[in-house]
Amino acid sequence: MDHISPVLWQFLVKWMTTFAIIPPEASTIAPRMDALLVFMTLVSIIGLTIVALLVTTFSVLYRKDRNPQATQIEGSTLLEATWTIIPLGLFLIMFVWGSVLYFRIFTPPANAMNIYVVGKQWMWKAEHPGGQHEINSLHVPTGQPVQLTLISQDVFHSFSIPAFRVKREAIPGRYTTVWFEATKTGTYHLFCTQYCGTAHSAMIGEVVVQTPEDYKAWLASSTSGISLAQNGERLFSSLSCGACHNGQPDARGPNLANVYGSRLTLTTGQPVLVDEAYLRQAILNPSAHITQGFAPIMPTYQGQISEEGLISLVEYIKGLNSNYRIQQTTNTSDLLPEGPDKPGKASAAQGVTK
Amino acid sequence: MDSHATAHSEAHEHPAHLRHHFMDAAQQKESATFGMWLFLLTEIMFFGGLFTAYLVYRNWYYPAFVAGSHTLDIKLGMFNTLLLITSSFTMAMGVWCSETRRKSGLVWSLIATIILGIGFLGIKTIEYKEKFELHHVPGTSFSAASFVNPPLDAQGKPKDTPLAPDMAIHTEVYFSLYFAMTGMHAVHMILGIGILFALLYKSAKGQYTTGHNTTIELFGLYWHFVDIVWIFLFPLLYLISRH
Amino acid sequence: MSTNVLLPDQTTARVPKQNYITKENGLMSWLLTGDHKRIAILYLISLTFFFFIGGALAALIRLELLTPQSDLMASDTYNKVFTMHGIVMIFFFLVPSVPATLGNFLIPIMVGARDLAFPKINLLSWYLYMAGGLLALYAMITGGVDTGWTFTTPLSTHYVNTNVVTTGLAAFIAGFSSIFTGLNFIVTIHRMRAPGMTWFKLPLFCWANYAAAVLMVLGTPVVAIAIVLVALERTIGIGVFDPTKGGDPLLFQHLFWFYSHPAVYIMILPGMGVVSEVISTFARKRVFGYSAVAFSSVAIAVFGFFVWAHHMFIMGISNYAALVFSLLTMLVAVPSAIKIFNWTFTLYKGSITFETPMLYAFGFMGLFTIGGLTGVFLGVSGTDIHLTETYFIVAHFHFVMVGGMLMAFLSGIHFWWPKMTGRMYPEKLSQLAAVVTFIGFNFTFFPQFLLGMLGMPRRYASYPPEFQVLNVFSTAGASILGVGYLLPVLYLIWSLKYGQVAGDNPWQATGLEWQIQSPPLTENFTEIPVVTQDVYDYEWLERQKEHEVTHVG
Repeated sequence: MDHISPVLWQFLVKWMTTFAIIPPEASTIAPRMDALLVFMTLVSIIGLTIVALLVTTFSVLYRKDRNPQATQIEGSTLLEATWTIIPLGLFLIMFVWGSVLYFRIFTPPANAMNIYVVGKQWMWKAEHPGGQHEINSLHVPTGQPVQLTLISQDVFHSFSIPAFRVKREAIPGRYTTVWFEATKTGTYHLFCTQYCGTAHSAMIGEVVVQTPEDYKAWLASSTSGISLAQNGERLFSSLSCGACHNGQPDARGPNLANVYGSRLTLTTGQPVLVDEAYLRQAILNPSAHITQGFAPIMPTYQGQISEEGLISLVEYIKGLNSNYRIQQTTNTSDLLPEGPDKPGKASAAQGVTK
Repeated sequence: MDSHATAHSEAHEHPAHLRHHFMDAAQQKESATFGMWLFLLTEIMFFGGLFTAYLVYRNWYYPAFVAGSHTLDIKLGMFNTLLLITSSFTMAMGVWCSETRRKSGLVWSLIATIILGIGFLGIKTIEYKEKFELHHVPGTSFSAASFVNPPLDAQGKPKDTPLAPDMAIHTEVYFSLYFAMTGMHAVHMILGIGILFALLYKSAKGQYTTGHNTTIELFGLYWHFVDIVWIFLFPLLYLISRH
Repeated sequence: MSTNVLLPDQTTARVPKQNYITKENGLMSWLLTGDHKRIAILYLISLTFFFFIGGALAALIRLELLTPQSDLMASDTYNKVFTMHGIVMIFFFLVPSVPATLGNFLIPIMVGARDLAFPKINLLSWYLYMAGGLLALYAMITGGVDTGWTFTTPLSTHYVNTNVVTTGLAAFIAGFSSIFTGLNFIVTIHRMRAPGMTWFKLPLFCWANYAAAVLMVLGTPVVAIAIVLVALERTIGIGVFDPTKGGDPLLFQHLFWFYSHPAVYIMILPGMGVVSEVISTFARKRVFGYSAVAFSSVAIAVFGFFVWAHHMFIMGISNYAALVFSLLTMLVAVPSAIKIFNWTFTLYKGSITFETPMLYAFGFMGLFTIGGLTGVFLGVSGTDIHLTETYFIVAHFHFVMVGGMLMAFLSGIHFWWPKMTGRMYPEKLSQLAAVVTFIGFNFTFFPQFLLGMLGMPRRYASYPPEFQVLNVFSTAGASILGVGYLLPVLYLIWSLKYGQVAGDNPWQATGLEWQIQSPPLTENFTEIPVVTQDVYDYEWLERQKEHEVTHVG
């Protein structure tokens, strides 16, 4: 795309959008995608034209009226080689170009702002880090890479923004990510593109791209008053996570301060990178994710936290860089009422009293 | 039927069993054998899907698979394996008897194979019943409680290492695969035994000791295949981390 | 315009009194037949029936999509309609189409045998097909299924309360039908070739069906087990695909697409076989690069097994897995391109006429080229991100399956109709139908590429208003297409009584099937031929005509 004359490219894009063959280009990746699509379309048109021309020409030149006797020809190794190698070569060019594009879209940059999206039948819930919640819409600023961390609460859904040329499946049970950087303000379609039941066609919404100032204003006006991380802290405390994860040297659970982004070794010897997916898994399936040096006593929270709750906890742990506030609140969690299946309580009762 | 067959073969000189679309008996036999091997290939692909699922989940949930496997009765499993291997032997005997035109030998071999097969299924029924009683059958009645708090043995020690609750729920995946794989295997055995009865009836009438024993031979292939599947299933399901 | 057709003198010609149709009378003689030709006719009748059911469902889809709102039927109903359209068309029309009708009829004759290796299994496969088909219809009438033909978990296992298990069972049973057909073809082609019929004298139709048969045999069992697991998960709640129990819904995707990708090659390869035969006959030339075309069929079958995850590029497979599958997909595209060029060059220095089978074959070449090239758009992982799960996919697979496969099927039916029935169909009307079909098809499905580019998702009952114009175009095209498909049914049935007598070899084609009477005797040949001529040996045919030998064997 960088190599084509910008004037020609703008004209091409304007022509194609006016005559509605492609959606508007509203992200940094869109022109790259469109460039490859144009290339592939051109190659296809040329290929089709060659075949059509050959077939038509041969049909005219060698129709029975004109050529009553056919000449039996076995074949031609040279021709076979030609039309094997040239198509293969063209396909491989497309493969390399397209794979680079694919890696680009599914490898978020480090400075991407993270927004969580939970899909469920039949709506999209977006959660901004500052605690702003949206249903069936997504506000993003221009000029800022945005990473979407997607998950589904029930069946497969797929989050699609045609104007950005990005799409990613939202799968139950694990996070998927995609990123983009919006370039043009405006409102664009948001679709669910993976068939998900009755109201699949109603699971649509809008992506609102705003200037950074407008986006700030929107954030300020739609905040729920509590950011994701703050909500996460609230959950952390109410679920008594701090009973074990209190950052003390003799703590029953690993220290969570600054754990995000670090590399851990599990008891199996396997090294892991602590990212959102790992944190989510560790909360739901702790026995498969025990850090080396710790006993496998963490209970599972499967069924006790919603996906939004998990997102809040993950955001909280991501931003955690000290155990001060945890240690302040741990004292009070032991005063919580007795209960046989209180998770934190059970482990607290196992040995150390405080 | 016999007189028609003889009259028929006198009319244009080919063995009674030769179908008209084949040029000769050798072509018919080769085709039938090839067909059976192809069919067994489809069976390998069919069970292959289950083995793939097993591989993936065993890799992910190894402790749950260990715990689940330990609840299977290894003695019954071994005995079943023995029964099945013996039945493959009796089936092979049957094929030899059919080749060498020993009618009573063939009949007794088939009877023995049937009895061994039914014995296998009987033991499987006992095992399934036990699993049902222990709430190890996946579905609404499944309970992973016995894996979180394993029953104690005579000395008061837990019979197996307890699993954390979130790993314990994965034992349902283990048992799903256990029932799917052994269940599919059992279905194939039941079908095989059904065919064995039909073959037994026809063998008693002398149909497979005329020198044309392709049917017995090809069924033997099927029976050996079902045996081999079990030989894979047994260690994968019963022998995980046994000491 | 000159013609290739050479019919016997119509004043004196009669359809031969003794043939496979007149051999025995009565319904039971057809329902209990072992004759591969009768079984082929049974399949043809039932396939046509299921095709029109699938077509009626398609009409409902296109009618709903005339307007942006979901106003013709409730969303749930629409979901059931497109699901059943897919299931009926794929499992009960496309997969069996050419193999079960033309393959069954012709392969024994083409190899010089009296029947397929296992006639009773052949009949069984038809009964299994009917059982599966009727069960699917029953499921449709008693509530339907609304999971999409792809049965995606966990939607199909936990989130719908429609007849998933019944429909899955129907597909399972139909799968056995497919396996038995494939098994029969493989053994027949390996073991029952006439003396002198070497592998490289086999018509390319046999090579194509052989490759498809291998795919049927190896691939179908895997989808069978996937269906069984879905059924078990739905009925007794085993946890293999349920994330809350530790199962993985993506495992279903892998198992499902491991079959369903080779399935598309099962569907297209036999059609390619037909095109080889037709182009050769109507250009009066051997196919250019016979070995290349034969080996490319095998290559498609082999490579076809290794590309399944290109249906899962955005589903969370690793970037590196996507890389590998995309590369392999590029490789599988090449043999198809080779075939297109070989067929094109078969026309070079040929002596070409434009009867109906040839028109359909040309239609195939153009539409399959477009469909195949758009497949490359989807096989390249980067562009797939924008295009997947949109109408681009719908357009792509309809171009290859309907523009490709269905056209090839119609080409074959017209080409071998005189052989199967002894009668010619009306040429002018059939040419008209072919042209109408081609025009209707392009109007229906080309706009869908644009809709996909614009981002319109698939399986939507309602859509944003700006997509309406293209949808209206598409529906208009569909109504033309419907006419194009209805006409052949009408005139082919008409031709059974009133068509001209065809004689043994109305097209003056090579191939063993054209050296016997039309319709053939039950035993095909009076004597098994000894094959000395080459495949597509027009010079041998000339010499035959000179010696006025009209029958071989």
